[in-house]
Amino acid sequence: MSLVELHAIYKSFGELEVLKGIDLRIEEGQVIALIGRSGSGKSTLLRAINGLETINDGTIMVAGKKVGDRDTDLLTLRLNVGMVFQQFNLFPHYTALENVMLSPQVVKKLSKAEAKEVAEEMLIKVGLSDKMLHYPDQLSGGQQQRVAIARALAMKPRVLLCDEVTSALDPELVNEVLAVVRQLAEEGMTLVMVTHEMRFAREVCDKLVFMHQGRIHESGAPEDVFANPKTPELANFVGGLAGAA
Amino acid sequence: MAYKFDFGAIVPHWELLLNGVVLTTELTVVGSVIGVSLGVLGAWARASRAPVISQIVGVYVELIRNTPFLVQLFFIFFGLPALGVKLTEFQAAVLAMVINLGAYSTEIIRAGILAIPQGQIEAAQSLAMNRVQIFRYVVILPALKKIWPALSSQIVIVMLGSSVCSQIAAEELTFAANYIQAMNFRAFEVYFIVTGVYLVMSILLRWMLKVFGNFLFERRNHV
Repeated sequence: MSLVELHAIYKSFGELEVLKGIDLRIEEGQVIALIGRSGSGKSTLLRAINGLETINDGTIMVAGKKVGDRDTDLLTLRLNVGMVFQQFNLFPHYTALENVMLSPQVVKKLSKAEAKEVAEEMLIKVGLSDKMLHYPDQLSGGQQQRVAIARALAMKPRVLLCDEVTSALDPELVNEVLAVVRQLAEEGMTLVMVTHEMRFAREVCDKLVFMHQGRIHESGAPEDVFANPKTPELANFVGGLAGAA
Repeated sequence: MAYKFDFGAIVPHWELLLNGVVLTTELTVVGSVIGVSLGVLGAWARASRAPVISQIVGVYVELIRNTPFLVQLFFIFFGLPALGVKLTEFQAAVLAMVINLGAYSTEIIRAGILAIPQGQIEAAQSLAMNRVQIFRYVVILPALKKIWPALSSQIVIVMLGSSVCSQIAAEELTFAANYIQAMNFRAFEVYFIVTGVYLVMSILLRWMLKVFGNFLFERRNHV
């Protein structure tokens, strides 16, 4: 049984069909990168997995259970599936520690002491033990993103979705965030990331999924996908990257 | 000039004025607390676009914002008894102020809620928080912070607007002034003084709202 199974996912924004029948299995411990051009549907797919986009058709199963469209189903889904965003989205009126503590306290009903313990553990894990009492606007982009990762991890999700987590960062701050993601991957965390960091994807991921015009065009182990693209679109995409590098 | 100013003529009535100040203060405090609470709920309903309730709140807001306060007050005090709802002057005044501030603050607070970046709400959703939790822990405080100056002004306007309640004989400050000048014909003196009293009350209220806002939005560690 896969941890997450997507079957025949369709999604349109008005007339525009963004996802055209996506099938994808995410296995426990797998690290998957979604790659492809802008507008290929990568982010929409990621958001659909977390219920941030309602799908028009198809089924999502998490740990063998179908996700329905009731509110409680969504909450259960999100207890299993965490997410980190391009724009960090920290809560500005809380410190780093409070950002991480909030959901364990109010959703999982942990006591303040328990929530604090979990939050501190996660912030130490992402290397921010000295910034716990800082507010988001007192942190660099890279630090904010690491708080956001700690915040998602504090809910102990079984899968973590990463939506272009380094795209909003200054170049010199990208590595500190990638290092945290790499560490998570090495610890066996199940990860699905949309990324433009091809080298990173190649090094860290078990599986690359190339999306093109709302479909999974090609997928496989990173070495194969990069070395032997089977379709001209992927060859073009990979070639374009090589040309740019 | 024939008119001889006599501010001393007001002095014997100081107790009336003081009672007026107390009642105006009571009206303002009770009206503001309940009115802003109503505004928070109304703004939530409007911003969440909850079907039916959102439309009902929309009609309420437009109805109140497009009719005069005095007419609203008269309707409550003189009109509602026809339906068997008889209120004292104070109750009618408070109700009118609550309904009025509720409508204006609904719109003001809604603007604050809409200014919260969608990404923060999505982040809260992805942390498995439900609607109520998101509103309470993620949305309302930053939303109020954004519109606090506008909301403060509206509360001051409502305090000044309470002078209209003299028209249903609620014995607030303007009622006291009317009463005094009817007895001693010292209109200039009494309204001059009452103007000053309102001015001082407004400045004090503004200052207190600012201090309260600083307290509310102050960065302090909650843990």
